[in-house]
Amino acid sequence: MVQDEQWATDLAAIEEQALQALAKISDESDLQAWRTLHLGRSSAVMQTFTRLGQAPKEQRPALGQAANRVKQALESALALREQALGQAELERSLSSERLDVTLPGRQPHLGRLHIATQTLREIYRVFAEMGFQVYRSREVETDAFNFELLNIPAYHPARDMWDTFHTTTPGVVLRTHTSPGQIHAMREFAPEPVRVILPGMCYRYEQSSVRHEIQFNQVEVLAVGRGITFGDLKGTLQEFARRLFGQNVRTRLRPSYFPFTEPSAEMDVECFVCGGAGCQICKGSGWLEILGCGMVHPLVLQNGGYDPAVYSGFAAGMGPERMTILRYRIEDIRNFWGNDVRFLEQF
Amino acid sequence: MKIPLSWLKDYIDVNLPLPHLAHELTMCGLEVDEVELVGLPAPQDDGHGFKFTGITWQRDKFVVAEVREVMPHPNADRLVLCRLFDGTEELVVLTGAPNLYPYKDRGALAQPLKVAYAREGAQLYDGHQPGQVLTTLKRTKIRGVESFSMVCSEKELGISEEHEGVIILDPDAPTGMPLVDYMGDAVFEISILPNMIRNACVVGVARELAAQLDMPLKKSAPKLAWDGPSIEGQVYLQISDPELNPRFVLGLLRGVTPGASPYWVQRRLRLAGMRPISNVVDATNYAMLALGEPLHAFDYDVLVKRAGGKPPTIITRTAKPGEKLTTLDDVERDLNDHTILVCDGAGALSLAGVMGGLESEVTPETRNVLLEGASWNFINIRRTSGEQRLLSEASYRFSRGIHPALAQEGVELCLGYMAAWSGGEIAAGLVDAYPNPPPDAEVELSAAEVRRGLGIQLTADEMATLLRRLEFTCTVQGESVFVKTPPHRLDIGSGLTGKADLLEELARLYGYDNIPATRLGDELPPQRGNPLQEKEELLRDMLVRLGLQETVTYRLTSPEREARLLAVADAPYVRLANPIAAERTVMRRSLLASTLEVIEKNNRLRERLAIFEIGPVFLPQPDTELPVEQQRLTIALTGLRLPQAWDQRPQGALDFYDMKGILEALFTGLHVERVGYQPLEHPVFHPGKCAAVQVGEQPAGVLGELHPQVKARYDFGNHPVLAAELDLGVILGAVPFRYDAVAVPAYPPALEDLAVIVPEETTAQQVAEVIRQGGGKLLVDLQLFDIYRGAQIGAGKKSLAYKLTYQAQDHTLKEDEVRQARNRIIRRLEQALGASLRA
Repeated sequence: MVQDEQWATDLAAIEEQALQALAKISDESDLQAWRTLHLGRSSAVMQTFTRLGQAPKEQRPALGQAANRVKQALESALALREQALGQAELERSLSSERLDVTLPGRQPHLGRLHIATQTLREIYRVFAEMGFQVYRSREVETDAFNFELLNIPAYHPARDMWDTFHTTTPGVVLRTHTSPGQIHAMREFAPEPVRVILPGMCYRYEQSSVRHEIQFNQVEVLAVGRGITFGDLKGTLQEFARRLFGQNVRTRLRPSYFPFTEPSAEMDVECFVCGGAGCQICKGSGWLEILGCGMVHPLVLQNGGYDPAVYSGFAAGMGPERMTILRYRIEDIRNFWGNDVRFLEQF
Repeated sequence: MKIPLSWLKDYIDVNLPLPHLAHELTMCGLEVDEVELVGLPAPQDDGHGFKFTGITWQRDKFVVAEVREVMPHPNADRLVLCRLFDGTEELVVLTGAPNLYPYKDRGALAQPLKVAYAREGAQLYDGHQPGQVLTTLKRTKIRGVESFSMVCSEKELGISEEHEGVIILDPDAPTGMPLVDYMGDAVFEISILPNMIRNACVVGVARELAAQLDMPLKKSAPKLAWDGPSIEGQVYLQISDPELNPRFVLGLLRGVTPGASPYWVQRRLRLAGMRPISNVVDATNYAMLALGEPLHAFDYDVLVKRAGGKPPTIITRTAKPGEKLTTLDDVERDLNDHTILVCDGAGALSLAGVMGGLESEVTPETRNVLLEGASWNFINIRRTSGEQRLLSEASYRFSRGIHPALAQEGVELCLGYMAAWSGGEIAAGLVDAYPNPPPDAEVELSAAEVRRGLGIQLTADEMATLLRRLEFTCTVQGESVFVKTPPHRLDIGSGLTGKADLLEELARLYGYDNIPATRLGDELPPQRGNPLQEKEELLRDMLVRLGLQETVTYRLTSPEREARLLAVADAPYVRLANPIAAERTVMRRSLLASTLEVIEKNNRLRERLAIFEIGPVFLPQPDTELPVEQQRLTIALTGLRLPQAWDQRPQGALDFYDMKGILEALFTGLHVERVGYQPLEHPVFHPGKCAAVQVGEQPAGVLGELHPQVKARYDFGNHPVLAAELDLGVILGAVPFRYDAVAVPAYPPALEDLAVIVPEETTAQQVAEVIRQGGGKLLVDLQLFDIYRGAQIGAGKKSLAYKLTYQAQDHTLKEDEVRQARNRIIRRLEQALGASLRA
C-alpha cells in the first residue's frame, strides 16, 4: 500500500507540475516543447505506462487507470490551451487588420438612363397597363400630316398655336407635335380599335429660354373605338395623373381649344408643391397644367379612315420634360439636352 | 385680352368674390392668367387659388376731392398750390402737374376740378420710379412749402403708366367719396382661345359668364338719335369681291368737336390696354372693345375733297399691281395682288381689316366722320397681316373671323358713343351692302349623340335649355334638337363638324367638372406591343448595366459643327428654311458628332467619361421629299480606366479594348451572335485602331480611337477618345426573340494552357478561329490571357497564350480525347498559320 500511495503521489505531482507549466505557455513553439516534455515518449506520465510491468500484478489496473486519467487530463488541458492560444492569436491578428470604415468605398461605375428616358418609361408603363401600346413615327413630316390632316388648314388662325420650323423642301416641316402619329396609327390600324401612345421628339421655332426649348419630347395618347366618350377621356387621364403624381392628387379639366379635338380640354393637377395654396411653381394658381386633350375631331377620324358616325375617340398630349421639371423642380429646361454630367448624374 | 370688372358689370350683375369669378371664367374656356387690382381690396382666399397683383386704394386715404383754386408756388415756377376740398376740410396741396398750370392765377374756379386725392399715409406707386414701386406718402417740405398729401396721376394709382399730369375726373364725381367706391376696379387678363375670338370683347366675356352662371345678359348701349339729314346720297358703296368682303356698313356723323373723352372712358380704355386719343377715335376703340367689331373712322371731308367735291364712293377691291399705301403708322407699304383694300375713286384709303391710311384719318380738325364697320375674309386678313408684319387690334380680330352681323351693330354702337362724347348729329340711316351672309346652317343633335360623345344623359329639352343660354335658337323634335347659331359666332360648323362644335358647347355649359369620369369600356385592340421599342429599351438597359451614362442631344446642328468630325463636301442635309440660331441650321447627319460635343463639354469635369446615345440621323434622299430617319447608337469613352482614389494610383487610360469590351458584353447580353470585327481605315479614326463591326453578313458600324487630327479639332483632354457609331436597326434586328438555354454540364471540364508563336501580322481572331476549328465541339471556351513579344521567340513574332476549356455534356473526358483535340489544334495552327508551339 505504501507503494500505491507513492504512485499516486507521483502521478499527482506530475499532473500538477505539467499543468502549472502549461498555464505559463503563451506561444505555439513552447506548446510543442511542452507536449514533448509532458506527453512525449519519455515524459513522466508515459514512463509510468512503460514501468507498469514492474508493478505488482493486482495493482496494475488501478495504476494504469490512474496514469491514463492523468494523460487524458493533460491532453485535454493541452487542447484547451491550444484553442485559447489560437483564439488569442486570431484576435491579435484581426485587431491588427482593423480598417478605417469611414474611408470611402470603391464604387463601380453606375450607368444611368437620361432623365427624359426615365420619365418616358414611367408614362409607357402606366399606359401599357391600360392597354396602350407605343407607336412611333417620323420627326421630319409633311405639312399634310403635321397640319392639314389634323384639321389645321393653311392660313388657319389655329396655326398660330405652333411656331414651325420649315425645311427648304416646300411642304416639309419638323413636326411641331406628335399628333401626325395619330393619322399614321389610325391608317395602319383601321378599322380595328386603337389604343396607342405616341412618344417622340418635336420641334418649335422658339427662342430657347429657361422655360422653352426648340426641341422637346411629347407623348400623345390616342384611343379610338365604337363607344369612347368624354367621360372615358376624363377617367383614363385621371387614372394616369394619379399614377404619376399620387393617388390623392386632385385634377381638373378646363375647356380649351385644339383643332384636332372637340370638345377640347386642358388637364391641371393640383400643385404638389403647395398643395393648391398657390406658390411660385404654379404661379399662384394652385394648379399645374400637365396635358391637353379632347375628343378626336370627326374630320381627323375621317382622315384616319374611321367613320365618325360609328367611331369616336379621345386624344391627349403631354410634355414629359415639363412634367419632369415640375416633379424635380428643375429650374432650366435647357438642362435636358445640355447633357452636363453634373445634371445627368442626379437622376 | 384685358377685361375691367367695372365694364363687365355693365352687362352682367355679377357679385362673386374675385377668385370665384376668375374660376368661373376659366371654366368657360376664358382662362384667367392674372387678376390685377386697380383700387379694389385684395380678396380673401376662398379656395380658388389665383394670384392677385396690383394696388388697393385704402378707403380712408384716397378720396374724390375738388380743386377750388390753383395758385402759384412762392418759390418755384414749375409747382402750383391747389386749394382743395376733400369732402371734410379744405387744404392746400402742392403739385407739379402740368395739366393744372392753365388754371393758375384764375382765382376761385367757377367749376371746381375733380381729382383723385391721396392723404398722408396713403400707399401708392412712386410716380418718379420706372415700373410699379409702392411708396407711402409722408409729410415733407418742398421748396419751403409743407406737403403731406397729393393729387394723383394714373401711374400713382396703378391705372396706367401715365404720369404727365394728374387725373381730372368727370365733373359729376362726388366730392368726398372714397376713390375705391367711385372707380376701384380689377382687370382680368384672359387668354382668348383661337376659336373664341367672339369673346375678345366685354360683351363676349359677359355672355359666356351669364351662360355659365345662368344669369341674364344686360343690354348696354347709348340711345341713338338718328336726327341728322339722311346718309342717302352722301356716300356710295361698291364691293368687288364678296368672298373677301361679305359686308360693308357706313354711318355718318356731322359736326363733331374732337377733344378729350370723358375720364371714365379714358380710364377704361387704359385698363383694357389702349391709349385714349380723342373722343372720336376713342369711340371706335371703345365700341370695338365692348362688342368685338373693329371700326374705322374716316374724315368725311377729306373723302369729298378726293372725289372732287362730290359724294365719295367707297370701293373695296384687291390691290392693283405696284399699288402702294401709307398706313396710319406712317409706313409706305407695297401691296400684294390678293390684299383687300378700302378705296375711293382716287385710290387706296386703308388696308382693309388691318390698318387705316394716313391721309383720310380723323384729326383734331375733323368735323364730319364717316364710320366704317365691315366684315372680311379671315384667311385673307391673316395673310396680309403676316406679309405686312402688321398686328393691330383690328387684324387680330378680323384674322380670326368676325361675324358680319356685328358690322351693323358696331357702327350703331359707335355712332351712339361718338355723338355722346364728341357732339354732332347722326345722319339718319346707314349705307349697308351685305352681299355674302354666312351660311345659316342648322345642326341636328340627338340625345344619343350626346350620350355617345360625352357620356352624359340629356333629354332634347335639357340640351335646348342649355344651348339657349348661349343664345342658340333651338327647336326640339323628339329626341333631337335643331340648333341655329346666334348671329355673333362663326365657329359653329355644319354637318359632322357642327355636331362636334355643339357637343363642346354642351360640355362647357353642363360643366366639365360635372361630367362623370369613367374607365374605358370599349373593346381592347389586339395587343401587339412594340417589339422594336422593347428591344431598344433592353439595349438601353444593357448599356446602363455596363456603366454608361445615357445622353440625349439636339438633333439640330450646323454643317460646320459636323465638319469638325468629318468634312463631307456638299453633304445633303435637311436644312431649315427659318433657322433660329446660326449653330442650328440643319438636322444632323451624324450622331457621333453630337456625342463628341458632350464629351467635349464634360471632359474637364470627370476623370472618366462613358456615355451613349440612341437617336436618329436624317439622311435626305434624292427621290423622295422626306429624309430617311436612321436610328443610330453611339458610345464614347475617354479618361482613366479607374479614377484615382485614396488607395489607387491612376491607372492606364481607357483604350480601344475597353470600347471593344463594351460592345462584346453588349452583344453577349443581347444574345446577338456572329459579330465580327475587321480592321478598317476610316478618316475619323486612328488608322491602326479602328474596326468595322459586322453582325452576320451586315455591316453594323464602326469603333475605334479618334484620329489625332480629328481629336485636335475638339477641346478634349490628353487621353485618347474612343468612339463607336452603330446602326441600331441592324443590331436590334439581330436580337433574337428567344434563345435556348444550355444545360450546366454534369461532368468536370478539362483545362489546359496553350501558347502559340505566330507572325506579328497574324490577328488574334485568325488564331482563335483556327483553335476553335481544331478543338471542335469539345472546346467550349477559349480565353486569351497573355501576349508576349521578345528575344526568346525572335523578332517579328508574338506569342499568344490561351486557356482552353474542354467539356463533354455526357461523360468525363478521357486524357486521350483531350490529347487528340490538342494535337488537332496544333496541327491546324501549324498548317494554317505557320504557328509553332511555345516551349
